[in-house]
Amino acid sequence: MNKSNFQDPFEKERIEKGFGKMNDQGEEVTMVLGHKDVRRCAHNAKTYQSGAAPGRIVIPSEENIRDIRQIPFEVDPPLHADYRAVLDPWFKRPLEEEYTTKLKNQIQSLVKEVLKRESLDIVSEFALPLQSRALTLLLNTPYSQAETWISWGTHVFRSEGTALDADKANILYDYIDKEIERASAAPTDDLYSVLLASEANGKKLTKKEVKGVIILTFAGGRDTVINAVTNSISYFSEHPESLERLRNEPEILNNTIEELIRYFSPLTQMGRITTEASNVCEHSLKADSKISLCWASANRDANVFENANEIVIDRKINPHVAFGFGTHNCLGATHARQILKILISTLLEEVKSIDIIDYKENIEDLGHFKRKVGFDSLHVKFNY
Amino acid sequence: MAKITFLTSDNETIITEATTGNVMELAVQNKVKGIDGDCGGVCSCATCHVHVEPASWDKVGAPSQLESDMLEFDDNVSEFSRLCCQIDVSDAIDGIVLNVAK
Ligand code: FES
Repeated sequence: MNKSNFQDPFEKERIEKGFGKMNDQGEEVTMVLGHKDVRRCAHNAKTYQSGAAPGRIVIPSEENIRDIRQIPFEVDPPLHADYRAVLDPWFKRPLEEEYTTKLKNQIQSLVKEVLKRESLDIVSEFALPLQSRALTLLLNTPYSQAETWISWGTHVFRSEGTALDADKANILYDYIDKEIERASAAPTDDLYSVLLASEANGKKLTKKEVKGVIILTFAGGRDTVINAVTNSISYFSEHPESLERLRNEPEILNNTIEELIRYFSPLTQMGRITTEASNVCEHSLKADSKISLCWASANRDANVFENANEIVIDRKINPHVAFGFGTHNCLGATHARQILKILISTLLEEVKSIDIIDYKENIEDLGHFKRKVGFDSLHVKFNY
Repeated sequence: MAKITFLTSDNETIITEATTGNVMELAVQNKVKGIDGDCGGVCSCATCHVHVEPASWDKVGAPSQLESDMLEFDDNVSEFSRLCCQIDVSDAIDGIVLNVAK
């Protein structure tokens, strides 16, 4: 019973110093570890900016493989607000009944499909198709597109190790270019077309800006959703009593979802670049240095969370920052929450228990911090 | 039964009534603009931020430490700020007026 245990590698340094250090392809990163400091820095966009060179705030940095700015993610206030205002209503669509019904159909039929199998790998045969199919709803593109995205494999950007693979990224960028041209020639009601017809900050979005939004939508919601789904399944396989409890107390489902997201923190951290000399935890930084807001560490901060290293499925007050904090909080959060809600509800209805047969952990190599963020593979058998 | 009034930033007045649950849920059920309740009420998203009318403050009371920590880095925070998912509906808050934050 430890496959769904995700250790907190940051605890010691969070308590002793409040920050850690790692090296990202030659650039030093000061990792902000405490809940309050993470929120303080996330809030201070003037000193800790997102609008640096495209790709630089991502860890590992994508500066060498991307020159398109992701929007609104790599734009600072005040320009950020108008982009965000254009996107927010679209990314709230997962709350609409029509959307939820379709998502439910997708997830239910996937679960029914895999129930028949003797065993399967959750990462590649369940979480990846689930995430890809659900993305057709978020983009409002034909369901058949999911097959293309599934064929790309679990990591669009990431190859082995920490280095980034430009060839893989180009598959995505070329695909998006084609889709934008298609939508521009014959608009539909998909996200590409809607963006091409939108205005922000007083002018029409350019194709380059549209591309920036779409890259963000693909990249931000891929590994994160796959990890959230896979890790949650690992948890329920080792905790059948939690499945039982949720069947008896469905009213705690929302607390459970937020708690799983806190505990697993599918996105470990996000960078910012200092615009001026500053201080983090009495550690001085020069202008143009890179810090990271370490969501995964903040979410285990014992000053905020009692029994921070345990999954407490009915945790009432849970001010986690797994979806980020403040201005740049996750645009896809509504979609992600709906996925988990429908997935867990479907498991409660269809599945009695889950056995883990075999697994391989996915450990992020963050300098001397090693963080388990998910699984490369998780072979299970569903019992029903 | 508690009567709770929401004033939105478009100057809409929405009068609601309830006996149980929390104030965020009540606002979402009544489609009060500006209250999204993204996290479902666990104090994580701050999309349920309201400014309590000063006259209602004593009935509502001050936020807990964790709640005020979350509010601390909100651009629109005021001395009457609350995250309304953390306010339980009960007779004690009958008649309160809440201004939905921008
Ligand atoms: S609903 Fe999320 S903080 Fe209140």
